Amino acid sequence: MGSSMAQPAFEDIVDDFEFLDDWEDRYRMVIEMGKAMAALDDALKVPATKVDGCASQVWLHPMIDGGIFRFDGDSDAVIVRGLIAVLRALYNDLPVDRVAQVDAWAELSRLGLQDHLSAQRSNGVRAMIDRIQTTAAAA
Amino acid sequence: MFDVAKIRDDFPILARQVNGRPLVYLDNGASAQKPQVVIDAVTRAYADEYANVHRGLHTLSNIATEKYESVRGIIARFLNAPSEDQVILTSGTTEGINLVAYGWAMANMQAGDEIILSVMEHHANIVPWHFLRERMGVQIKWVDINADGSLDPQAVLDAITPKTRLIAVTQISNVLGTVVDVKSICAGARARGVPVLVDGSQGAVHMPVDLSDLGCDFYPITGHKLYGPSGSGAIWIAPERLAEMRPFMGGGDMIREVHKDSVIYNDAPMKFEAGTPGIVQTIGLGVALDYLMDIGMDKIAAHEADLCAYAKSRLQTLPWLHVQGDAPDRAAIFSFTMDGAAHAHDISTILDKKGVAVRAGTHCAGPLMDHLGVSASCRASFAMYNTRAEVDTLIDALEFAQDLFG
Repeated sequence: MGSSMAQPAFEDIVDDFEFLDDWEDRYRMVIEMGKAMAALDDALKVPATKVDGCASQVWLHPMIDGGIFRFDGDSDAVIVRGLIAVLRALYNDLPVDRVAQVDAWAELSRLGLQDHLSAQRSNGVRAMIDRIQTTAAAA
Repeated sequence: MFDVAKIRDDFPILARQVNGRPLVYLDNGASAQKPQVVIDAVTRAYADEYANVHRGLHTLSNIATEKYESVRGIIARFLNAPSEDQVILTSGTTEGINLVAYGWAMANMQAGDEIILSVMEHHANIVPWHFLRERMGVQIKWVDINADGSLDPQAVLDAITPKTRLIAVTQISNVLGTVVDVKSICAGARARGVPVLVDGSQGAVHMPVDLSDLGCDFYPITGHKLYGPSGSGAIWIAPERLAEMRPFMGGGDMIREVHKDSVIYNDAPMKFEAGTPGIVQTIGLGVALDYLMDIGMDKIAAHEADLCAYAKSRLQTLPWLHVQGDAPDRAAIFSFTMDGAAHAHDISTILDKKGVAVRAGTHCAGPLMDHLGVSASCRASFAMYNTRAEVDTLIDALEFAQDLFG
């Protein structure tokens, strides 16, 4: 794990991405993760879980139990679902007081996706990270 | 002779790459790219000829005023309007329609009066009328489109009642590409004494416009879609309607005399142009329209008709692609969704990686998207500088996206 604050699940993703040379394969992987992720229950797709500032619809449902942070999420865009899956691997099961210490952009850059994520503000990654940090800070 | 290669050379941005691929710019419905002559005119206006207009008597102000004011005549020629005195310079169609809402409709309508809109209007031709609904109790009456995306002029005319005060309808749908028979609507409405606003945002870009023949009362255009600078535009208003209008925005230029307890307004068109205008943008728009007239709107329309037919034939070969609307008379604007998991934003993200710029979302046309039952779509909208080869690139990129999302 080295100096990374990230979770083993995220390290597995980093390992997978390490062998992908071009953007096509990286996107294919993100898309596969998006397709594979379980959908959020429709009952949880309410204004309180909706994340504004995204071009597509995004919902995040955080749960803090016994000091451990978790969230589920969903989007109507597959690539965004894949990015949610990546963020879940990054943050889920962390002690809630460690959430703020995660440098999400640095971690995401290890996947070689940072150009695409930062260039496209509208994909909502920034808004999702903000929501995660705010929720954890308020716990 | 229309030479698309020569025209492309006039647009420096078309030579650039995006994500390592040659740019295929198919987001012209949102905004068109600018030819070098427009870029040069904007630079020259700031570098050599800049001062405020209508104010000073010094040399630079006179030059700037002369260049700025000459654009009124260029616009009148471009639209074949009866007189340049009926051309009000604006920042674009949105300002033009708001001017009609505040300056004409609010002064001439009351609670219970009706405005007829088609269901495929752009928000710029919807929200100003919602203001009147909210603030004055004006009723909006919606006319549906046919299953193929066409709009029956008779359906619009059949919606007229004794309370109808205005019909506001687009000339070309920014989502479906449908070309509306606005001339028939204008003729029928005129016979019943109902004024018509024709939204020319897309129409003026893709076909020759003849306002001396069209018969409408209001015709707004947007400069940035016409290969001109953003923040430029105009609205042509029939003299009978101009006479019924009160000023919308107050400020300099629109006023002749201001005293502590009285004001005397300027004459139209300046009566409706408050404050320092978009001087340089407007000068650039004049150059863009001259450029278009040099090429010939009929030739541009013919080239785009060829692109439209070719794009349609190729898009039809993709069984997993669904193009919204297929009106018999249409422009080269195609909105579509894909079978499978891909959302419009997914598709546009992948197309962008292939160098193809399209729009994704609801295209500022909420009521139309509701009517179609589509939450979001991608839109490829073509311009005079696009080519059949770029249609092929779009198709290849779509096939790649389909393979990716499956």
